[in-house]
Amino acid sequence: MQVLMAFITGLIFGLGLILSGMTDPAKVIGFLDIAGAWNPSLAFVMGGAILIASIAFHFANTRPKALLGSVMRLPTARQIDRRLVLGGLAFGVGWGLTGYCPGPALASLAIGGSKPLIFVVAMLAGMAIFEIHDRCSSAHKREAV
Amino acid sequence: MTIDWANFTPWLSLAGGVLIGLATAMFLLLNGRIAGISGILGGLLRPVKGDVGWRIAFVAGLIFSPIVFSFAAPLPAVQIDADAASLIMAGLLVGIGTRYGSGCTSGHGICGISRLSPRSMVATALFMLAGFVTVFITRHLIA
Repeated sequence: MQVLMAFITGLIFGLGLILSGMTDPAKVIGFLDIAGAWNPSLAFVMGGAILIASIAFHFANTRPKALLGSVMRLPTARQIDRRLVLGGLAFGVGWGLTGYCPGPALASLAIGGSKPLIFVVAMLAGMAIFEIHDRCSSAHKREAV
Repeated sequence: MTIDWANFTPWLSLAGGVLIGLATAMFLLLNGRIAGISGILGGLLRPVKGDVGWRIAFVAGLIFSPIVFSFAAPLPAVQIDADAASLIMAGLLVGIGTRYGSGCTSGHGICGISRLSPRSMVATALFMLAGFVTVFITRHLIA
Protein backbone atom coordinates (compact mmCIF):
# COMPACT_ATOMS: atom_id res chain seq x y z
CA MET A 1 0.00 0.00 0.00
CA GLN A 2 2.82 2.38 0.93
CA VAL A 3 4.59 1.54 -2.32
CA LEU A 4 1.43 2.07 -4.37
CA MET A 5 0.84 5.42 -2.65
CA ALA A 6 4.45 6.41 -3.35
CA PHE A 7 3.86 5.71 -7.05
CA ILE A 8 0.61 7.71 -7.13
CA THR A 9 2.22 10.58 -5.21
CA GLY A 10 5.18 10.65 -7.59
CA LEU A 11 2.76 10.67 -10.50
CA ILE A 12 0.71 13.60 -9.14
CA PHE A 13 3.91 15.45 -8.25
CA GLY A 14 5.12 14.99 -11.84
CA LEU A 15 1.79 16.11 -13.32
CA GLY A 16 2.08 19.26 -11.19
CA LEU A 17 5.62 19.89 -12.41
CA ILE A 18 4.55 19.58 -16.05
CA LEU A 19 1.39 21.69 -15.67
CA SER A 20 3.25 24.42 -13.80
CA GLY A 21 5.99 24.81 -16.42
CA MET A 22 8.83 23.52 -14.22
CA THR A 23 9.79 20.92 -16.85
CA ASP A 24 10.61 23.72 -19.31
CA PRO A 25 14.20 24.79 -18.52
CA ALA A 26 13.74 28.02 -20.51
CA LYS A 27 10.94 29.01 -18.13
CA VAL A 28 13.03 28.22 -15.06
CA ILE A 29 15.94 30.28 -16.44
CA GLY A 30 13.38 33.02 -17.21
CA PHE A 31 12.51 33.08 -13.50
CA LEU A 32 16.17 33.20 -12.46
CA ASP A 33 16.98 35.95 -15.00
CA ILE A 34 15.92 39.02 -13.01
CA ALA A 35 18.17 41.32 -15.07
CA GLY A 36 16.59 40.21 -18.36
CA ALA A 37 12.97 39.55 -19.34
CA TRP A 38 11.83 38.19 -15.97
CA ASN A 39 9.17 35.47 -15.84
CA PRO A 40 7.61 35.41 -12.34
CA SER A 41 5.57 32.22 -13.02
CA LEU A 42 7.65 29.97 -10.80
CA ALA A 43 6.88 32.09 -7.75
CA PHE A 44 3.25 30.98 -8.26
CA VAL A 45 4.34 27.32 -8.35
CA MET A 46 6.15 27.72 -5.03
CA GLY A 47 3.27 29.73 -3.58
CA GLY A 48 0.61 27.18 -4.53
CA ALA A 49 2.66 24.24 -3.31
CA ILE A 50 3.63 25.86 0.00
CA LEU A 51 0.03 26.94 0.65
CA ILE A 52 -1.25 23.35 0.46
CA ALA A 53 1.79 21.68 2.03
CA SER A 54 1.84 23.98 5.07
CA ILE A 55 -1.73 22.91 5.97
CA ALA A 56 -0.59 19.27 5.79
CA PHE A 57 2.46 19.93 7.97
CA HIS A 58 0.22 21.65 10.49
CA PHE A 59 -1.73 18.38 10.87
CA ALA A 60 1.36 16.18 10.67
CA ASN A 61 2.96 17.97 13.60
CA THR A 62 0.09 16.92 15.87
CA ARG A 63 0.12 13.20 15.09
CA PRO A 64 2.80 10.62 15.87
CA LYS A 65 1.77 8.25 13.08
CA ALA A 66 0.89 8.54 9.40
CA LEU A 67 -2.52 7.36 8.19
CA LEU A 68 -1.05 4.18 6.68
CA GLY A 69 0.46 3.28 10.04
CA SER A 70 4.15 4.15 9.77
CA VAL A 71 5.86 6.68 12.01
CA MET A 72 6.05 10.31 10.88
CA ARG A 73 9.56 10.85 9.62
CA LEU A 74 10.08 14.58 9.91
CA PRO A 75 13.60 16.00 9.57
CA THR A 76 15.34 16.59 12.88
CA ALA A 77 18.51 18.38 11.73
CA ARG A 78 18.56 22.00 12.82
CA GLN A 79 22.11 23.22 12.48
CA ILE A 80 23.06 25.61 9.69
CA ASP A 81 26.53 24.28 8.89
CA ARG A 82 29.11 24.35 6.14
CA ARG A 83 27.57 21.36 4.36
CA LEU A 84 24.19 23.05 4.10
CA VAL A 85 25.66 26.33 2.85
CA LEU A 86 28.14 24.91 0.33
CA GLY A 87 25.69 22.23 -0.84
CA GLY A 88 22.94 24.79 -1.35
CA LEU A 89 25.24 27.11 -3.29
CA ALA A 90 26.56 24.29 -5.52
CA PHE A 91 23.02 23.14 -6.24
CA GLY A 92 21.99 26.71 -7.15
CA VAL A 93 24.87 27.08 -9.62
CA GLY A 94 23.93 23.79 -11.31
CA TRP A 95 20.26 24.79 -11.36
CA GLY A 96 21.10 28.15 -12.97
CA LEU A 97 23.38 26.58 -15.59
CA THR A 98 20.64 24.51 -17.23
CA GLY A 99 17.31 25.20 -15.53
CA TYR A 100 16.94 21.63 -14.26
CA CYS A 101 16.45 20.61 -10.65
CA PRO A 102 16.01 16.93 -9.70
CA GLY A 103 12.20 16.56 -9.94
CA PRO A 104 11.65 18.19 -13.34
CA ALA A 105 14.68 16.38 -14.79
CA LEU A 106 13.17 13.00 -13.80
CA ALA A 107 9.75 14.06 -15.11
CA SER A 108 11.38 14.93 -18.47
CA LEU A 109 13.22 11.63 -18.94
CA ALA A 110 10.47 9.82 -20.85
CA ILE A 111 9.77 12.62 -23.31
CA GLY A 112 12.69 15.01 -23.54
CA GLY A 113 15.20 13.11 -25.68
CA SER A 114 18.87 12.90 -24.78
CA LYS A 115 19.35 16.18 -22.89
CA PRO A 116 17.46 15.35 -19.68
CA LEU A 117 19.02 11.88 -19.81
CA ILE A 118 22.55 13.35 -19.88
CA PHE A 119 21.62 15.61 -16.95
CA VAL A 120 20.12 12.78 -14.88
CA VAL A 121 23.10 10.46 -15.46
CA ALA A 122 25.48 13.26 -14.40
CA MET A 123 23.26 14.02 -11.38
CA LEU A 124 23.34 10.35 -10.29
CA ALA A 125 27.13 10.40 -10.73
CA GLY A 126 27.28 13.48 -8.50
CA MET A 127 25.14 11.75 -5.87
CA ALA A 128 27.42 8.69 -6.09
CA ILE A 129 30.49 10.93 -5.57
CA PHE A 130 28.81 12.25 -2.43
CA GLU A 131 28.11 8.71 -1.18
CA ILE A 132 31.71 7.60 -1.69
CA HIS A 133 33.14 10.74 -0.10
CA ASP A 134 30.67 10.61 2.78
CA ARG A 135 31.46 6.97 3.55
CA CYS A 136 35.21 7.63 3.43
CA SER A 137 35.00 10.64 5.73
CA SER A 138 32.73 8.90 8.26
CA ALA A 139 35.11 5.90 8.23
CA HIS A 140 37.97 8.31 9.00
CA LYS A 141 36.00 9.79 11.87
CA ARG A 142 35.39 6.32 13.34
CA GLU A 143 39.10 5.54 13.16
CA ALA A 144 39.94 8.82 14.86
CA VAL A 145 37.63 7.94 17.73
CA MET B 1 13.81 44.80 -15.01
CA THR B 2 11.18 43.90 -17.60
CA ILE B 3 8.48 41.28 -17.23
CA ASP B 4 8.25 38.52 -19.82
CA TRP B 5 4.45 38.78 -20.18
CA ALA B 6 4.34 36.48 -23.23
CA ASN B 7 5.54 33.49 -21.19
CA PHE B 8 3.93 34.46 -17.89
CA THR B 9 1.44 31.74 -16.84
CA PRO B 10 0.25 32.59 -13.32
CA TRP B 11 -2.87 30.39 -13.30
CA LEU B 12 -1.31 27.27 -14.82
CA SER B 13 1.71 27.65 -12.56
CA LEU B 14 -0.49 28.13 -9.51
CA ALA B 15 -2.58 25.06 -10.47
CA GLY B 16 0.59 23.01 -10.99
CA GLY B 17 1.91 24.25 -7.66
CA VAL B 18 -1.33 23.19 -5.94
CA LEU B 19 -0.93 19.68 -7.45
CA ILE B 20 2.67 19.53 -6.19
CA GLY B 21 1.45 20.68 -2.77
CA LEU B 22 -1.29 18.04 -2.82
CA ALA B 23 1.23 15.30 -3.64
CA THR B 24 3.47 16.57 -0.83
CA ALA B 25 0.52 16.59 1.59
CA MET B 26 -0.59 13.05 0.62
CA PHE B 27 2.89 11.65 0.98
CA LEU B 28 3.30 13.26 4.37
CA LEU B 29 -0.07 12.32 5.86
CA LEU B 30 -0.37 8.82 4.33
CA ASN B 31 3.25 7.61 4.23
CA GLY B 32 4.70 9.90 6.89
CA ARG B 33 7.51 11.04 4.64
CA ILE B 34 8.94 14.21 3.14
CA ALA B 35 8.51 14.43 -0.64
CA GLY B 36 12.06 15.62 -1.29
CA ILE B 37 13.16 14.39 -4.68
CA SER B 38 16.94 14.51 -4.21
CA GLY B 39 16.65 12.64 -0.90
CA ILE B 40 14.32 9.99 -2.33
CA LEU B 41 16.60 9.42 -5.35
CA GLY B 42 19.86 9.70 -3.42
CA GLY B 43 18.64 7.15 -0.86
CA LEU B 44 18.67 4.56 -3.64
CA LEU B 45 22.45 4.87 -3.78
CA ARG B 46 22.63 3.87 -0.11
CA PRO B 47 20.13 0.99 -0.20
CA VAL B 48 18.68 -0.14 3.12
CA LYS B 49 16.58 -3.31 3.25
CA GLY B 50 12.84 -2.51 3.19
CA ASP B 51 13.53 1.10 2.24
CA VAL B 52 13.99 0.69 -1.51
CA GLY B 53 10.56 -0.20 -2.95
CA TRP B 54 8.76 3.05 -2.14
CA ARG B 55 11.69 5.10 -3.48
CA ILE B 56 11.64 3.27 -6.82
CA ALA B 57 7.83 3.60 -6.95
CA PHE B 58 7.97 7.38 -6.34
CA VAL B 59 10.65 7.90 -9.00
CA ALA B 60 8.71 5.66 -11.41
CA GLY B 61 5.61 7.81 -10.84
CA LEU B 62 7.62 10.93 -11.70
CA ILE B 63 9.05 9.33 -14.84
CA PHE B 64 5.61 8.08 -15.96
CA SER B 65 3.89 11.42 -15.34
CA PRO B 66 4.44 12.94 -18.82
CA ILE B 67 2.93 9.82 -20.43
CA VAL B 68 -0.19 10.13 -18.24
CA PHE B 69 -0.28 13.90 -18.85
CA SER B 70 -0.27 13.38 -22.62
CA PHE B 71 -3.51 11.33 -22.38
CA ALA B 72 -5.33 14.35 -20.96
CA ALA B 73 -3.71 17.26 -22.77
CA PRO B 74 -0.85 17.96 -25.17
CA LEU B 75 2.46 18.27 -23.35
CA PRO B 76 3.69 21.86 -23.08
CA ALA B 77 6.59 22.78 -25.36
CA VAL B 78 10.01 22.80 -23.71
CA GLN B 79 13.19 24.57 -24.71
CA ILE B 80 16.58 23.29 -23.50
CA ASP B 81 19.35 25.73 -24.44
CA ALA B 82 22.14 23.95 -22.56
CA ASP B 83 24.69 21.88 -24.49
CA ALA B 84 25.99 18.48 -23.37
CA ALA B 85 29.01 19.93 -21.53
CA SER B 86 26.93 22.26 -19.38
CA LEU B 87 24.32 19.52 -18.79
CA ILE B 88 27.07 17.26 -17.39
CA MET B 89 28.58 20.07 -15.30
CA ALA B 90 25.15 21.10 -14.00
CA GLY B 91 24.12 17.51 -13.29
CA LEU B 92 27.25 16.89 -11.22
CA LEU B 93 26.76 20.12 -9.26
CA VAL B 94 23.08 19.40 -8.63
CA GLY B 95 23.84 15.79 -7.60
CA ILE B 96 26.66 16.68 -5.20
CA GLY B 97 25.08 19.91 -3.95
CA THR B 98 21.63 18.51 -3.15
CA ARG B 99 23.13 15.60 -1.19
CA TYR B 100 25.61 17.73 0.78
CA GLY B 101 22.96 20.35 1.39
CA SER B 102 20.38 17.65 2.26
CA GLY B 103 17.72 18.85 -0.17
CA CYS B 104 16.59 20.58 -3.33
CA THR B 105 13.70 22.74 -4.50
CA SER B 106 11.16 20.22 -3.15
CA GLY B 107 12.69 19.13 0.16
CA HIS B 108 13.97 22.54 1.29
CA GLY B 109 11.97 24.87 -0.97
CA ILE B 110 8.49 23.39 -0.51
CA CYS B 111 8.56 21.05 2.51
CA GLY B 112 11.10 23.02 4.54
CA ILE B 113 9.45 26.40 4.09
CA SER B 114 6.02 24.85 4.74
CA ARG B 115 7.20 23.57 8.11
CA LEU B 116 8.96 26.87 8.82
CA SER B 117 12.39 25.24 9.16
CA PRO B 118 15.07 27.94 9.50
CA ARG B 119 17.63 25.50 8.04
CA SER B 120 15.54 25.03 4.89
CA MET B 121 14.86 28.77 4.57
CA VAL B 122 18.61 29.42 4.59
CA ALA B 123 19.21 26.63 2.05
CA THR B 124 16.43 27.93 -0.22
CA ALA B 125 17.72 31.52 -0.04
CA LEU B 126 21.22 30.29 -0.91
CA PHE B 127 20.32 28.12 -3.89
CA MET B 128 18.02 30.81 -5.27
CA LEU B 129 20.78 33.39 -4.85
CA ALA B 130 23.32 31.10 -6.55
CA GLY B 131 20.79 30.50 -9.35
CA PHE B 132 20.21 34.25 -9.86
CA VAL B 133 23.96 34.97 -9.90
CA THR B 134 24.72 32.05 -12.25
CA VAL B 135 22.07 33.15 -14.76
CA PHE B 136 23.27 36.75 -14.51
CA ILE B 137 26.83 35.64 -15.32
CA THR B 138 25.91 33.23 -18.14
CA ARG B 139 23.23 35.46 -19.72
CA HIS B 140 24.61 38.94 -19.27
CA LEU B 141 28.33 38.88 -18.51
CA ILE B 142 29.77 36.16 -20.76
CA ALA B 143 26.94 35.70 -23.28
